Amino acid sequence: MEKRRGRKVMKDKEESVDDDPWRWLVHKGIVASFLCIAVFALLVRAAVSLHPYSGAGNPPKYGDFEAQRHWMEITINLPVKEWYRNSTTNDLSYWGLDYPPLTAYQSYIHGLFLRFFHPESVSLFTSRGHESYFGKLLMRWTVLSSDALMFFPAVFYFVIVYYASRPHGQKTDIAWHIAIMLLNPCLMLIDHGHFQYNCISLGLTVGAVAAVLSNKELVACFLFSLALNHKQMSAYFAPAFFSHLFGKCIRRQNPLLEVSKLGLVVLGTFVLVWWPYLHSMEAFLGVLSRLAPFERGIYEDYVANFWCTTSVLIKWKRMFTTQSLKLLSLGATVSTCLPSMVQQIRAPSNQGFLYGLLNSAFSFYIFSFQVHEKSILLPLLPASLLALEEPFLLKWITFYALFSMFPLLCRDELILPYFALSALFILIYHGPSGRQDRRKRLSFNSVVTTLLVLCSVLLHIVYITMQPPNRYPFLFEAVIMFLCFSQFVVLCFYSNAKQWSLKRTIFMDKEKKLL
Amino acid sequence: MGLQGATSTPHLLWFFGIATCVKLLLIPSYHSTDFEVHRNWLALTHSLPLSQWYSDETSPWTLDYPPFFAYFEFFLSIFANLIDPQIVHLKKGLNYSSNTVVSFQRITVILSDLCMLYGVYRLTKDLDSKRRTLIWVLVVWSPMLMIVDHVHFQYNGFLLGFLFISLSYLEEGRDLMGGLFFAVLLCFKHLFAVAAPVYFVYLLRHYCCGGLVRGLRRLLAMGAVVTAVFAVAYAPFVYHGQIQQVLRRMFPFGRGLCHAYWAPNFWVFYIILDKLLAFFLRKFGFATPTPEASFTGGLVGDSSPFSILPQITPVTTFMIVLLALSPCLIKAWREPQPGMVTRWVAYAYTCGFLFGWHVHEKASLHFVIPLATIAVQNMDSARHYYLLSIVSCYSLFPLLFEVREYPIKVLLLLLYSIIMWLVFSAKFTDGEEAKATAPIKKEAGHVAAKKGGFLIRGIEKSYLVGLLVVEIWGQLLHSIFFGERLPFVPLMLISIYCGLGIVYSWIWQLRWIIRSPES
Repeated sequence: MEKRRGRKVMKDKEESVDDDPWRWLVHKGIVASFLCIAVFALLVRAAVSLHPYSGAGNPPKYGDFEAQRHWMEITINLPVKEWYRNSTTNDLSYWGLDYPPLTAYQSYIHGLFLRFFHPESVSLFTSRGHESYFGKLLMRWTVLSSDALMFFPAVFYFVIVYYASRPHGQKTDIAWHIAIMLLNPCLMLIDHGHFQYNCISLGLTVGAVAAVLSNKELVACFLFSLALNHKQMSAYFAPAFFSHLFGKCIRRQNPLLEVSKLGLVVLGTFVLVWWPYLHSMEAFLGVLSRLAPFERGIYEDYVANFWCTTSVLIKWKRMFTTQSLKLLSLGATVSTCLPSMVQQIRAPSNQGFLYGLLNSAFSFYIFSFQVHEKSILLPLLPASLLALEEPFLLKWITFYALFSMFPLLCRDELILPYFALSALFILIYHGPSGRQDRRKRLSFNSVVTTLLVLCSVLLHIVYITMQPPNRYPFLFEAVIMFLCFSQFVVLCFYSNAKQWSLKRTIFMDKEKKLL
Repeated sequence: MGLQGATSTPHLLWFFGIATCVKLLLIPSYHSTDFEVHRNWLALTHSLPLSQWYSDETSPWTLDYPPFFAYFEFFLSIFANLIDPQIVHLKKGLNYSSNTVVSFQRITVILSDLCMLYGVYRLTKDLDSKRRTLIWVLVVWSPMLMIVDHVHFQYNGFLLGFLFISLSYLEEGRDLMGGLFFAVLLCFKHLFAVAAPVYFVYLLRHYCCGGLVRGLRRLLAMGAVVTAVFAVAYAPFVYHGQIQQVLRRMFPFGRGLCHAYWAPNFWVFYIILDKLLAFFLRKFGFATPTPEASFTGGLVGDSSPFSILPQITPVTTFMIVLLALSPCLIKAWREPQPGMVTRWVAYAYTCGFLFGWHVHEKASLHFVIPLATIAVQNMDSARHYYLLSIVSCYSLFPLLFEVREYPIKVLLLLLYSIIMWLVFSAKFTDGEEAKATAPIKKEAGHVAAKKGGFLIRGIEKSYLVGLLVVEIWGQLLHSIFFGERLPFVPLMLISIYCGLGIVYSWIWQLRWIIRSPES
């Protein structure tokens, strides 16, 4: 007894001594541990936000920071109907709004906040390329608060729901899982370093996932529709949501009614969000065309997906028209997420749903049109939700997700937070706690993994210190891309196989009990 | 126990690793003029011969730490020179603030914290593993060190490491080594000398005992060791005839009683009392002299800033500190117990902080961090540390006055309060343990046993809530009610309010020392 008590110790997430090292953190229950970890996660975010953002001091186009600021400027100074329309006051070629209306509303609210404290930073025209100490600070705080208000509560909801259905889960594992979800280095780097609001759409998605797990399908549909309306990229998860909910509904007494209820909620949410643009077809199509920037090509920069990687051998952009590339990528994406969808329709289960999210996000990342490096955040999210089942998968995908964004973050001058957060992740992942057994089981082909880690460490060093040969200025980016792509493909195969090998009957039983 | 010790040591490194990640992230944060001070010291130790270190006046930030620190800067400057020669250039480097120099200096602080890591490890290596891990968290994760060392910029973690090493030797009973490391510490930063009387009395009674001959021999040994350390430090300057200049730099009594921002100590109340007296006397028609110097204006010259109460001189403060120390010295004289040394030393620094001359708010680190190592001994200490660490961390807030760091300092303090609450309540959840480890304060242990956990009393709770009120007043309400007028009031409120907490801590420590059983 005395000994057990001794171990309570320590700090924020994890740790310490032999039998139950996390007791201090978890003895007050999930809420207290969540609170502690969440405050630490906020602190880390606040510290990351001290660093530069994308395009800082880099006219004329700057970067994502300027895009977000410009949207605030547009939304608070122009009427709703003008937001997506090219006009003398709204030059769409300069960071025109290209996210769905919910992002625009969010920009509006944040714009009001900025205007209240620092009007110059969002005044029409004159604020273009605005960069100031105070302006940056306020912008950073809008992300911090969005994170704290959307992502954190969503994760909390998820944890409560997820562990309600598995009462045997160890409390210390829960705390570890919370830390892993809240301290995801990629998300922190992109949102609080590079500057975006992924925390909102991902937070809404996590909320929707939690609602699905707690069998509140209508809430899930509502939240996921909001996520879709915040960033169209949330559609990466749509096949999983669709197949899981569809699979569930057709097993109920009145399938048609169930499906139409969900459909109505989705439709209703969309109508609500799109209301200002529904008065005429022209306005509606105008917004829609902004959301699908096909003219930007099938890939950008060096993203570790199929099209970009194979373009070294096959010049897709030259061989096909944009139109046929669209169809090609659509076909590839759909056919690769089909297996996981079929599995969920045949045997919907909570666990299978999480794998399904991961698989469909992977399919989209690897095969869909116009993918960006940052899109790896989407497969990363379900991977972190699955962290307890698949710790190794999570570690691997986090490493390579980070690595695939390394060139981007170097450009943003975020190398220091990149390494600090990677180290933080590794420390938390390997936190001295009682999870040795799991680690042992998973380090199967450890020679291969060690080699791969060495390889990527070496590449980091080479990328930072060496100049690429003049003939191939993007040689290192291409090598990084190859390495990351190969790992993503392996992981994608693995998680698809995993989803299909889930014990069908066991989960069906559980489902029934919950229903 | 030995086995446990072996398995839990990686945890210490793990905590340190997590803290290091946060420290790295804080590299681009605000840094005070202390940053340029240390950069200038790098430059002057690198560019000038030793004989001119203490006489150079190229920059206003002249070298005013003892020689070991200068040697330390000289050592660092070797690497600085390799990384970017401009850092160590006496003239071109002035106010140099490129990313290289910021990263370099920040990383030296982070690395020098390894010294503290070793100190804490050494101090706790014989404790049971539950208690030591607890101490590690409290020390390694201290928000005060984070704020002062890694944002504001200083090397306190490094210096406290020497204090910990010295204390660990004393607790082991190896007094000679303890004395040696304390002498080394004094040659790094002479502000630590406040504890010298305690060391002196303790070593005299504990080490130099056992008969006249043996005692005398040991006294000589200790004297020789300490002299040797000081000789290494100061001999080169004596050789160059610089010793007077060194001492003049190290003891600049031209500065005022209080710093621009008043450290939350006794003198705050003294000043306030003076102001109030003057105000009321004037009301009742007495002519009172108006002081020429103003406290809120920063440094104070020679003129007396007091209208009614007597002038305070450095000698007065020195006498008061000694007086406040005397109960502790008597105790150390009568009963020199190794187990009490940390408390005594912390108490000495508390006295120095409370009554000293020109005290910086940062000096509260000198006693709060050592007190962390005894906070887990019993419920009463834990409760005291909970309050003290929050108050003294809060009193550091004005150091980081820029808006950008506001969320960081608030989150640091909030996180630490939550961790302390979780840690202490996990430790004291069971009544028996609280009682078993708190023989001195039975009532406290008993109360805890009944309530089943770590609880702070109502008065302490309301005091902490008051802290929140003070903060909200300073951040928000003051400007609403007074606008631009009376700009010094928010800071003054912080000083006064935190001063109350520190005085409480002083009384608590004093009571503990007086009441501790004479085994």
